[in-house]
Amino acid sequence: MPLIHLTNARVIDPASKRDEAAGELFIRDGVFIARPSALALKKAKVVNAGGLVAAPGLVDVHVHFREPGQTHKETIETGSRAAAAGGFTSVICMPNTAPVADNTGTIQLIKDSAARSSCIHVYPTGCITVGMKGQALAPIGSLKRAGVVAITDDGDCVQSNELMRRACEYAQMFDLPLMDHCQDHSMTVGAVMNEGALSLKLGLKGWPNAAEDLIVARNCILSEYTGAHIHMQHVSSGNSVEILRRAKARGLRVTGEATPHHIALTEQGVATYDTHFKMNPPLRTEADRLAIIAGIKDGTLDILATDHAPHTPDEKDREFDLAPNGILGLETALAVSLDILVRKNKLKLATLVDLWTRKPASLFKLPAGTLAEGAPADLVLFDPDAEWTYDAKAGFSKSRNSPWHGQKLRGRVRSTYVSGKLIYHAGTFVAR
Amino acid sequence: MSWTRRHLLTLEELSLAEIEQIHTTATAFKKILGRSVKKVPALRGKTIVNLFLEPSTRTRMAFDMAAKRLSADVISFDAASSSTTKGETLRDTAENIAALGADMIVIRHNCAGSPLYLSKILGIPVINAGDGSHEHPTQGLLDTFTMKEHLGTLKGRRIVILGDILFSRVARSNIHALVKFGADVTLCGPATLVPRPLETLGVKVSHDLRSALADAEVVMLLRIQHERQTATMFPSLGEYTSMFGLNKTRASWLHPKAIIMHPGPINRGVEIDSDLADGDRSVILEQVTNGIAVRMACLYLCAGGSPEAVTPTA
Repeated sequence: MPLIHLTNARVIDPASKRDEAAGELFIRDGVFIARPSALALKKAKVVNAGGLVAAPGLVDVHVHFREPGQTHKETIETGSRAAAAGGFTSVICMPNTAPVADNTGTIQLIKDSAARSSCIHVYPTGCITVGMKGQALAPIGSLKRAGVVAITDDGDCVQSNELMRRACEYAQMFDLPLMDHCQDHSMTVGAVMNEGALSLKLGLKGWPNAAEDLIVARNCILSEYTGAHIHMQHVSSGNSVEILRRAKARGLRVTGEATPHHIALTEQGVATYDTHFKMNPPLRTEADRLAIIAGIKDGTLDILATDHAPHTPDEKDREFDLAPNGILGLETALAVSLDILVRKNKLKLATLVDLWTRKPASLFKLPAGTLAEGAPADLVLFDPDAEWTYDAKAGFSKSRNSPWHGQKLRGRVRSTYVSGKLIYHAGTFVAR
Repeated sequence: MSWTRRHLLTLEELSLAEIEQIHTTATAFKKILGRSVKKVPALRGKTIVNLFLEPSTRTRMAFDMAAKRLSADVISFDAASSSTTKGETLRDTAENIAALGADMIVIRHNCAGSPLYLSKILGIPVINAGDGSHEHPTQGLLDTFTMKEHLGTLKGRRIVILGDILFSRVARSNIHALVKFGADVTLCGPATLVPRPLETLGVKVSHDLRSALADAEVVMLLRIQHERQTATMFPSLGEYTSMFGLNKTRASWLHPKAIIMHPGPINRGVEIDSDLADGDRSVILEQVTNGIAVRMACLYLCAGGSPEAVTPTA
């Protein structure tokens, strides 16, 4: 593979503490390398980044690529393209496929499909319990051998405290973190939006933040009791942020993620029964939104993740109660998080890059998230100020369910490299 | 002032003037209903489809009757006998109805927001006949119409809505209308069914029946919807009745001229004693009768009829 010499780049790599206004990067044989000899550089392919930000390929630990079984919504191929277009080069897939990923065969199937069709690195998760039914432990050791990087029952949060406790103990043998969608089901039967004054007015069944807070607290207690690493997915409640903050202050092995939608939007989006604002956990109040941003700023929430959840237009075009939960996230995540965190809340650009790269990669031990020498040359070039209008219909996901469709966004990916290969550039895919 | 809306989806979005306009039109239609020939040709040649995807007797019959009094052709659509049981989506069902040439759809659906959803899809007027726990605008209109007949103005009047507010679309529509009229509204019932944040709608919330009923001029009872409630909402119907059921003693706390209302169907002996439901302070059947005139007004106005054209002597 020829040497690539990237010049004139705003290099940001928190993992190797680089933040340079006009930096250079060198790529050969799929990895970043140190500055080669002058002779070698003469033969290099020079890529002038034109002052764009050059950051490690982004890492999203929470996506739904719907394969196997729900390929009408998304496939690993289309999902990976949406990811690359959004600057992501490594993703962790949730196991709520059909069948669910509670067995090694399904994990192998996902890995085979990714090897065939994905343009980025795809890492599977396995279920905590058989069938995600919350009744018996899945073959966690075998799942680990098959290659999962974490276990989770995704939207079907394990309700039994006893079973969750045993899962924590058992998973530790394999150094597997548990990811938990924190939701007490007994309090959320039929719930479709945040519970509060607005749900009362709209006559929609409310999902109280207490149902999240209880499980976040439960997980902190179980993490302390067992020593397991429990990662709280898409924290939506301000109280949950505070519970996590106190647990971390006591040194517990708990971490948390926030989604772009929970930092950018509130339950007000539901006021016209628009199903593109229906997700689980639901969008909550302005106070919750601000508490999540504060949690990101003080490190209580460790990382950002999209919860990219494709559903077809037909599935979303329904009565609010009957539409499925979830929205797309990969193609808008960078722009939305730049806007909310960097422009509106004064987070440093390098800190935002950290939230999307080094930190998620390190939480789940992925070989990603850095521009350091020897690391896989996964790279994104983006213009943090470029304005564009997001057209979900013209996006790369198989689905279109985004609340940002038709909106003007700021911050756009120019190029994405995976293992040293340019795969996406200026709106089009370069042949694999 | 002319009527500009094509749809009737909520009372939240109506102005006070629009509500008054419906009431004025309903008054004119009510006079027509008192004549020997109760029919007017206002909607002759129009077809109205009653799309009732949830059980209903009173509302459906009243809409049926109202449409027929306006000389419209009416087709009623039953959830049980329709393609919705075969998995047809609401969009497809509604688009088919429009394709058949319906001029207006009246929809009852157990999902909140469904009428709004249809109004965005269809090119014909959509009338909300009750959507989940959200709104039941024609009920709110007929209830306030009935109150005005008895009380005159509603401004400053003490009105109590008692019972299951959480699941009640009737309560929500009444609240929006009464707040616009400037009434002094108190919601009362068990804390599980009358949550405190309802105060954000501009009303008071009380869990003390005696102080809530004291000197109230209207008490509107709501049916305890035991088919919707899980076991966690209150211990038993018996305890509900003992704590919040309206009986003779409790009715004596009301203003001497107070009226008793109920949108039906009544659970006799649960939220109200039979004596009171059938007593001379009860206006429950007047509500039903007024429901026809009010619904005639809604159908007429949303079909493009002008309020001035309805003259009682016509």
